[in-house]
Amino acid sequence: MATPSEVVLEVRDLVKHFPLTQGILYRRQIGAIKAVDGVSFDLHRGETLGIVGESGCGKSTLAKLLMALEKPTSGKVLVNGKDIAAAKGSELKHMRRNIQMVMQDPYTSLNPRMTVGDIVGEPFEIHQGVAPKGDRRKRVQELLEVVGLNPDHINRYPHQFSGGQRQRIGIARGLALQPEIIICDEPVSALDVSIQAQVMNLLDSLQKEFNLAYIFIAHDLSVVRHISDRVAVMYLGKMVEVGKDSDIYDRPSHPYTQALLSAVPVPDPEGREQRERIILKGDPPSPANPPSGCRFRTRCWKAQDICAEQEPLLEIRPKSGDHPSACHFAESEDVVHVN
Amino acid sequence: MTEVLPETKSGGTGGGALLEVENLQVEFHTRAGVAKAVNGVTYSVNAGETLAVLGESGSGKSVTAQTIMGILDIPPGKIVGGEIRFRGTDLLKLPEDERRKVRGEGIAMIFQDALSALNPVFPVGWQIAEMFRMHRGMSRADAKKKAVELMDRVRIPAAKDRVSDYPHQFSGGMRQRIMIAMSIALDPEVLIADEPTTALDVTVQAQIMELLAELQRESNMGLILITHDLGVVADVADKIAVMYGGRIVENASVHDLYRNPAHPYTKGLLESIPRVDLKGQELYAIKGMPPNLLDMPTGCAFNPRCPYRQEKCVTDVPPLHTISGTRGSACHFWREVLDGDAQ
Repeated sequence: MATPSEVVLEVRDLVKHFPLTQGILYRRQIGAIKAVDGVSFDLHRGETLGIVGESGCGKSTLAKLLMALEKPTSGKVLVNGKDIAAAKGSELKHMRRNIQMVMQDPYTSLNPRMTVGDIVGEPFEIHQGVAPKGDRRKRVQELLEVVGLNPDHINRYPHQFSGGQRQRIGIARGLALQPEIIICDEPVSALDVSIQAQVMNLLDSLQKEFNLAYIFIAHDLSVVRHISDRVAVMYLGKMVEVGKDSDIYDRPSHPYTQALLSAVPVPDPEGREQRERIILKGDPPSPANPPSGCRFRTRCWKAQDICAEQEPLLEIRPKSGDHPSACHFAESEDVVHVN
Repeated sequence: MTEVLPETKSGGTGGGALLEVENLQVEFHTRAGVAKAVNGVTYSVNAGETLAVLGESGSGKSVTAQTIMGILDIPPGKIVGGEIRFRGTDLLKLPEDERRKVRGEGIAMIFQDALSALNPVFPVGWQIAEMFRMHRGMSRADAKKKAVELMDRVRIPAAKDRVSDYPHQFSGGMRQRIMIAMSIALDPEVLIADEPTTALDVTVQAQIMELLAELQRESNMGLILITHDLGVVADVADKIAVMYGGRIVENASVHDLYRNPAHPYTKGLLESIPRVDLKGQELYAIKGMPPNLLDMPTGCAFNPRCPYRQEKCVTDVPPLHTISGTRGSACHFWREVLDGDAQ
């Protein structure tokens, strides 16, 4: 976004720990999975924030927290200044109209026994005030048209559609209540390569048309770069680096971001013999028992004693190149040109 | 890792390639009709060479691999025609007990989802050792020793202590390593990897691809890599076969294919990759959707989605035209596609 605009979503020190319990009669807590552990960011109107990270880093838990589908252990999620995590009853219901979600798997996120009309119209059923009863069918048909489906197919069932079309149905459902924020959790990863571009273009044009703000969660870094204005990199429940897409992709300063970028295969065979690649050792540690200090230190090639003792904060550092990075030894470097 | 590829060495099989698939046709008989999943597929791989088979779901890439391995479910599957020659012998004509010897020792396979491919109720070491007990008639103790060696070779840390662990005790990347250990146990000459990294994170994917490249360098295996990921293909392949609707639509060396695709489908796929210089613009998208195998379009299967379509495409199935040497394109208008002027 060129012009700074109104903040629609503010996340402050968001934490979600899932308790680990032992015993059947006397359940006692023996630890916690620290799925999201202190995440803060702002989202502006009409902006897209991409969130990347490996499985288990807390991306999807974050999405659920933003949707108020999980209760945070601590921290705030402010939608237009009001805390959705603390809201209850009719207030929460009202706030949910403003923040909707598109799921990853269009095969399991649509009820096979409901027609497309019922699926897309269900939000109106729950939020009675949005569209009067007689008007609903027409509204659903309009929505189908907006996402590029034939409005005459309103009585069909999900199995009569292909994967890409089903994802369009999911997007239509997300748009029904005219939200300001849509959370897209891996919206194209279940689709065939030739269909992904179609859905990406649809999301892009809807954003322009309705001035939507997106949280775009994905593991495909080139897809995230294409659609995002800003990108946040997560590792084991924390954000390790945040910046404009060019900051993250051309001048990454956190070793994890660098490793992640260099691990992405480049779809161009030219010069592949010369390509340097950072190969990380091992797997991410368990979020139940994260390493002390910097969580990435167990796989990091820059790790020193300070990394085990002191947790690096997400802040602008001398060599991090104008954007915050949670590494004691942050140094921006162009690892690879991800096209 | 600076380099993933060994130099291509010619297969020492005297003339023909190590593994050749010729005009393979496989059908599935279902209640809704006959699905021609593989419709005349021809490809080959030599020792030390990496062939990437690129295609979307339903293009027939996995069915071809299953047929090569002899693990296709028959029925509903049915091999209608074609040959699969391994060192010159047609595998489809071999009796089952001889076929079984080829499986594992001649040609081995890695599957996408290691968790469902491994047996959850046996320790991983036992499952790897099974290869030696069954094929080599080793004793339990010797086979277990070999299993530890293999787990070391695929770089599972503390292999000795983990040989008795069960699949669920390993992470996704480690499970894929165990699958690889099983597949290379008997030193196969050809390894088929069916989407080996699709279920894994990118950093783990890089580890696994590096491991495969190293194993290939050590033993000079032929590798058939089945994938839909254009990035992985560009990284490791020597040559590429692009599949669409059960047919090969383009055959090319990796450099030719990325530099100048000769089939509109390949071209469309490459153009739809998000690129930095096109950020903020609409992505090129191939219109429409992949064909339904039960109801294939007449003529060229790609014609409803093709920007080069003409009348001929709806009536005539395009043969795989030879462009030069090993390069081929199954498009009537490959010349126009190569020159790059879409209608």
